[in-house]
Amino acid sequence: MQEMMIIIIGAILINNIVLSQFLGCCPFLGVSKKLSSAIGMGVAVTFVLTIASLITWLVQKFILVNLGIEYLQTIAFILVIASLVQFVEMVIRKKSPDLYKALGVYLPLITTNCAVLGVAIINIQKSYTFMQTLANSLGNALGFTLALILFAGIRERLEEADIPKSLQGMPIALITAALMSIAFLGFTGLL
Amino acid sequence: MIYAILSLAVLGAVFGIVLGVAEKKFTVEVDPRVEEITKILPGANCGGCGFPGCGGYAEAVVAGTAPLNACTAGKDEVRQKMAQIMGIAAGAAQEPKVAQLMCKGGKDKAPLLYEYEGVEDCHVAATMFKGPKACSYGCIGLGSCVQVCPFGGIKMGSNQLPEIDYNICSGCGACVNNCPQHVLKLVEASKLVHVRCSNKEKGKQAKEACQVACIKCKLCEKNCPEGAISVVADAEGSIAVIDYAKCTGCGICVTKCPTNALEIMLPINVSNNEEQNLTVKHPPAGCNHCGLCQ
Repeated sequence: MQEMMIIIIGAILINNIVLSQFLGCCPFLGVSKKLSSAIGMGVAVTFVLTIASLITWLVQKFILVNLGIEYLQTIAFILVIASLVQFVEMVIRKKSPDLYKALGVYLPLITTNCAVLGVAIINIQKSYTFMQTLANSLGNALGFTLALILFAGIRERLEEADIPKSLQGMPIALITAALMSIAFLGFTGLL
Repeated sequence: MIYAILSLAVLGAVFGIVLGVAEKKFTVEVDPRVEEITKILPGANCGGCGFPGCGGYAEAVVAGTAPLNACTAGKDEVRQKMAQIMGIAAGAAQEPKVAQLMCKGGKDKAPLLYEYEGVEDCHVAATMFKGPKACSYGCIGLGSCVQVCPFGGIKMGSNQLPEIDYNICSGCGACVNNCPQHVLKLVEASKLVHVRCSNKEKGKQAKEACQVACIKCKLCEKNCPEGAISVVADAEGSIAVIDYAKCTGCGICVTKCPTNALEIMLPINVSNNEEQNLTVKHPPAGCNHCGLCQ
């Protein structure tokens, strides 16, 4: 249990998927203009990333390794993630039309979120067990959500700030992201 | 090799079947008319109809809970098409409305209370003494309405008052709802005379705050042949108010107003409403609004 907590906290703060490993930068910059959509995106990614990691772990362990075809890892994982996102989209559309509308185009875009594939592959590379995989992917997903929500909050404030014209919009967002990344470096000695 | 092909094929097939089953199980019945109506709506998501965006309005129309004439931006054409899709009568159009600025105090008319150097946004400026102008009721002039107009129909005039392009204005009310000073109002497009002032202070203070303020002299009230304009008092103060139902647009009050707070404007050409424009009373050329003819 303690080991799992260490993995989760390590994934959220120390090896934050966006700010330390630079995976999933596209939704990090794309969906961070509004706090509300950032929260929705964070929830969707958390859900998809956790489930996808578990299924890819099972696929790796019981299909790829057993048959000796580990070289098909990437394509098999992408297949899993793509179908899973489709499935989640259908479920959300049926069960919660409001969330479906709020997420909009970003829901199918999770398919191409490299954080999802990245975490799935990291889990295999570090040869985690099933429970460790669960902890690591949940931690990474929460880390992504945390970074996205923090960034969205800062960007909402930046909208009101007096920023030099040449830095308005994306430039100041990138500078902010860099400063956040440096700030997260401070967590290195935490564990 | 054979394992690779087989395993991927099997994986693909399994996911395909799962998705296929899920599709059947989680299918959402969408009335095709919703999509059709969404397509013909202007798509500006201005909110003038009172529903969340054009999609929300389309759903409400199909559900039968919204009238066909609620889309102010779409005008007649959209209403006819919607009636066709829904198979019901198009009904009458709403009387077209436009946004009117109830303030004339540009930078040459209204003295400043302080120099404002903050964010270019009326809402922010309004938090400090209701804006930099001495008149705390007037237009702040930082153009929040310009930014919020979904049709790009407002631009900032040279005297730092917004100028509304009545060829574009659809009367959706986005600017009206966004104005922190509430100096924009939705008025029927056919109405020509407006009290271009929102200041409710007493005459002397109002005049000090702005050269073209309503000073509550009641000259308009006394001279109006229809009894359509009167100085109305409420908790905040008083100001001349036009009863648009009675106003004929004769313009006598405009000539009597000592501070020019009242204004008569040229008829607005609402393209699909020519008949109505013809019935608006135009004073003949050379009319000095003496009122003798009436």
